[in-house]
Amino acid sequence: MPNLTHVDWLIILLYCGFVLGIGYALRPYMKTSKDFFQAGRALPAWLCGLAFIGVSLSGPEVIGMGAAGAQFGLHSARFFAIGAIPAMIFVGLFMMPLYYGSKARTVPDFLRLRFDSKTSVLNACTFLAMTIFSAGITLYAMARLIQALHLFDALFFTLGWPREGIFTFSILLSAAIVMAYVLLGGLAGAMYNQVLQFFLLIAGFLPLVLIGLSNIGGWSGLRASLPLSGIGAVHAGFSGLGLGLGVGLVLGAGYWCTDFRVLQTAMAANNIESARRAPLVAAVPRLLLPFLLILPGMIAVGLPTPHSATTVTTTADGAIVHETTIVPPEAAQGNGLVPALADRHTGKLLLNANGQPLLDYNMATPNLMLHFLPTGLLGLGITALLACFMSGIAAGVTAFITVLTGDLYKPWIRPDGIGAHFIAVGRWAVVGFILLTVAAAYAFAGFNNILDALLLVFSIVNAPLFATVLLGMFWRRATGHGAFAGLLTGTAAALLHHGLTLPAAAQPGLHGGWIAVLRHYSDAMTQNFSTALLAFSVTLLVTIVVSLCTSATPEVKLVGLVHSLTPRPVRANILWWKRPETLAAAILLVAVALTLFVY
Amino acid sequence: MNLDLRMPLGLMFTFTGALLTAFGLASRGAAIYALCQGIDVTLCWGLVLLAFGLVMMMVGSKGQKQIESKRQLPQPVKTRQLRQGR
Repeated sequence: MPNLTHVDWLIILLYCGFVLGIGYALRPYMKTSKDFFQAGRALPAWLCGLAFIGVSLSGPEVIGMGAAGAQFGLHSARFFAIGAIPAMIFVGLFMMPLYYGSKARTVPDFLRLRFDSKTSVLNACTFLAMTIFSAGITLYAMARLIQALHLFDALFFTLGWPREGIFTFSILLSAAIVMAYVLLGGLAGAMYNQVLQFFLLIAGFLPLVLIGLSNIGGWSGLRASLPLSGIGAVHAGFSGLGLGLGVGLVLGAGYWCTDFRVLQTAMAANNIESARRAPLVAAVPRLLLPFLLILPGMIAVGLPTPHSATTVTTTADGAIVHETTIVPPEAAQGNGLVPALADRHTGKLLLNANGQPLLDYNMATPNLMLHFLPTGLLGLGITALLACFMSGIAAGVTAFITVLTGDLYKPWIRPDGIGAHFIAVGRWAVVGFILLTVAAAYAFAGFNNILDALLLVFSIVNAPLFATVLLGMFWRRATGHGAFAGLLTGTAAALLHHGLTLPAAAQPGLHGGWIAVLRHYSDAMTQNFSTALLAFSVTLLVTIVVSLCTSATPEVKLVGLVHSLTPRPVRANILWWKRPETLAAAILLVAVALTLFVY
Repeated sequence: MNLDLRMPLGLMFTFTGALLTAFGLASRGAAIYALCQGIDVTLCWGLVLLAFGLVMMMVGSKGQKQIESKRQLPQPVKTRQLRQGR
């Protein structure tokens, strides 16, 4: 149990005060709906870039990177690099000029401009459902972490409240803080706090990594202590090709290139060049952050596993003192500081097919913090973790209200509304979203692995959308009917695949197999990658076939929406080394070098 | 937006750094640093964050002044309005 002192609590409260204060300071500037929903499209590239990376480093991902480090070692960094860096460069160089240049407010809005209203509405609806589920999963994971860290145990004990209420209290408190600062500051409030979160993450994790490394004997000590060194993602149950296609092409690129929660930060830039630079600015820390986030997991698993022990000492007056340290069975059966996984309801340890205890890798980073960080720094580390969770939820809120208000409410319910009315609708939508998210958090209580739950949602929504957007931007022959049919069948295929397959040792229901079980996968991740690949392929195929069977859109209507028909901007006044292309080439070179020589 | 983010960012890190520095000074040589090779990491990291916060505040206040001066500049008059003598 952690020993949070007043100093730790002061740091946590200081952060909460600042996030609310930033929202309050921005409130006077929320005059038009553009200010509220799009941050006035007036933010510089560096801020948009750091917010871009901040959104992608939400709580589940930060915890997940530590877990991947503990499970697969430094090889997992390659996993994150394949999924992120090429896609971030691609979106910055080729897609952002079309998103931003077309003056689309959102991704569904871009689909409306490029294709038609029905495709836009279909995407808006699936996106809204996805944001609710994703934010619900994040909120659920945050409440579980707060419970596991026993943050509110002392408070509940002092007030005489039942401990069972901590989960609900954590959910409601974090949801209320996020709601307050988005209500006050809109997208700008969320983005400012995402940048704050980025710096907090470095401030909280850097001392953890340095202290951990010095204790384990430096880099060589870490390598020597790792029982799994050399084991890569290939051992996780999916092949290298599956990894490349599933993570890199479909899920990774689908997330970075089409997920409006991320893209909204770049689309809030003050001009098209800043919008192009934002993903590239974000790619630089994305290259280096895995060291900071994966290493804690590796150190946690490399440390000795604690066991119950009795020490006998003799005091100065000759008295013999027996001191017994009792370690809980989860910790004693774990590996290093990674505890064994216990059933939440019965408390019994869960075993794999070989009778070995399953490990709760998600606790690798939090446990390392509790083990090493002294007073003050522990508060800072926990604040960084909480900030990641809250900014992830905030990104969902702002994307949700922008799509709901701009793509559904405004065109279909109140086309003649004024800006102030839409801001009011957006603020009510924030409240509605938070309530739905809280409900979704309880619905996802059945998932043991939060990353699997997130991948499931992405594979159903992002994978088919990626195919639609890709064809829309780079194939002028793609038509509205084709895009709609492709998106619909791709999403349906993903749902059908999930309904007919099941990971090993899972019960039919949320994990799949809710229609019938025709195929078993070795694990949920492989099932999700297959879902994503199938959805992407079906969307691609159906869109192409239907587009070729329907009449083409006149090319004059596609200028600014299709890459080959959009005039290139003249950049004679920008020095070569300041151009986004140069930055992209440098990032790609460093990424290749890191992948070859370090990861 | 008319708020330079580096101001609140710097302010937050200045407060956090000051808090950690003060606590680090008060707890020098305490048992809580046993796993940190005896180094008072709270004090060291507090000073780093304090310096970062102060630099950010300095840069941010310059940026905020620029934003304020831009806001006070008169809005450009549209060419058509000039032509019409308005």
